[in-house]
Amino acid sequence: METTLVENLPQVTAVGVIIKAVIILAVISAIAGFGTFVERKVLAFMQRRLGPMHVGPYGLLQIAADGIKLFTKEDIIPQNANKLIFMIAPVITAATAFIALSSVPVFPDFIIPEFIPLLGGTFVPSIASDLNIGILFVLGMMAAGLYGPLLAGMSQANKWGIIGAARTAVQFLSYEVVTGLSILAPIMLVGSLSFVDFNNYQAAGIGSWMVWQQPVAFVLFLIAGFAETNRTPFDLLEHEAEVVSGYATEYSGMRWGMFFIGEYANMITISVIAAIVFLGGYDPEATLGWLTIILKIGFFFFLMLWVRAAWPHVRPDQLMWLCWKVLMPLAVVNILITAIVVMV
Amino acid sequence: MSLEQFKNRNVGTQNYKTLDLGQSPTSGMGKFTQVIKRSVKGELFVGLWVTIREMFNALFRGNMHTVKYPFEKLPISPRYRAIHDMLRLLESGSYRCIGCGLCEKICISNCISMDTRYDENQRKEVSEYTINFGRCIFCGYCAEVCPELAIVHGPRYENASEQRASFSLFEDMLTPIDKLNLQQEYDGFGAVSPNADENIKQTPLAY
Repeated sequence: METTLVENLPQVTAVGVIIKAVIILAVISAIAGFGTFVERKVLAFMQRRLGPMHVGPYGLLQIAADGIKLFTKEDIIPQNANKLIFMIAPVITAATAFIALSSVPVFPDFIIPEFIPLLGGTFVPSIASDLNIGILFVLGMMAAGLYGPLLAGMSQANKWGIIGAARTAVQFLSYEVVTGLSILAPIMLVGSLSFVDFNNYQAAGIGSWMVWQQPVAFVLFLIAGFAETNRTPFDLLEHEAEVVSGYATEYSGMRWGMFFIGEYANMITISVIAAIVFLGGYDPEATLGWLTIILKIGFFFFLMLWVRAAWPHVRPDQLMWLCWKVLMPLAVVNILITAIVVMV
Repeated sequence: MSLEQFKNRNVGTQNYKTLDLGQSPTSGMGKFTQVIKRSVKGELFVGLWVTIREMFNALFRGNMHTVKYPFEKLPISPRYRAIHDMLRLLESGSYRCIGCGLCEKICISNCISMDTRYDENQRKEVSEYTINFGRCIFCGYCAEVCPELAIVHGPRYENASEQRASFSLFEDMLTPIDKLNLQQEYDGFGAVSPNADENIKQTPLAY
């Protein structure tokens, strides 16, 4: 595997990486909060409602109201729950979501201007840690994030929680194969697991986007991504109409909020991966190059809300049936054809 | 006509149609083709199209259905029996109520109580008039029986208050003298809603 080191870039220092990590934490948390607002608004518009309107102009400060509510709410731990695991589980979801974002390019790299004391001249990279196995790391981290719902559901001594945990296991077993196999075909074409290589591979414009070469893999990855982020056609873990709130039944206050932030951070991560791997990613040279990827990420985020407004969700057995009997064979066939094409 | 035909309760034309749902396939190949058909049929995209169409209609064509209730209200029907209003004569501004006592007499929940006296012009006027809205059942008899159209049902349907007596005094229900020009004439119980035209839907003629 060839290395992706670019010589003319400034030296990445530990300070720069730490600054980048803080930026990711702060901005993505804020965007996750803003995402809830956008979701409510979009769902409302699609149902011909107005959505939140009263807190701030057009309800923009609804996030602040929700945040105050979440932070000040009593943190209840049920009597018979396994307290340690119950308290740790939401942290797993939120932490893995942000760790996954650490090796994904978010926001352009920049150099802190010289006139700022102490930190002046520090180079802040676009990727906090530019791993050469970026995709593997991100997918692994997002898969590890499923331990959050699993442990939460099993530790809370609640039947709905147990059902939610069981469904987490079902979902995990179903989509994980499809995610890996569907993204394997583009990896074979590019010959690298690094996001930067993927970006460079498609640098020649719209015609070189991976989605034209791998449409099947794109669709499969989107479907598996919806399952990975518990979005609507596959929101089995916490579907209110069936299992109250599933794994989150006993959670309240900020612990529940951490599940929420983790879910939205995962949505952003999946959108970033889809945008970089299949839709050409960003253009590091052009001034507005980063605007294109933000538009792409926004499109995928909107797609998730759109699908939630339009489609009903499936049963757990239908999800397993879909993933194992339809999507996985398709992914395998896709890989086979890609392999033959690459060989010839 | 024989008795059997009268006893036949199955009215209608008996012309039922069963939907052609088809047989659910049993063979493996049949199931496979069903999956393929459903996958490429594109029904899911119809759902996506409908939601995005409704979103654009709501945002750009004024099809938003939300009424921001405390700030804007839908017009209510004149048949609606809300908190009573006491009207004034438009010309002189004096009370329409002549103190005849018919409303007090007809009130079936006994919630209207009034007292009358002669004023300086030897004209009868009400000195005390209260409606106990804790007991009022809003039957509308008082408004129907009033010979002068003095007591009518107004548009105030928000009955929540700190105490029930808040609505009950004569002066509370009376049209304020400075808003006499805004006084709405009572259309009567048979009147149609002001937005009746919008509410009319076409009736299928075949029905």
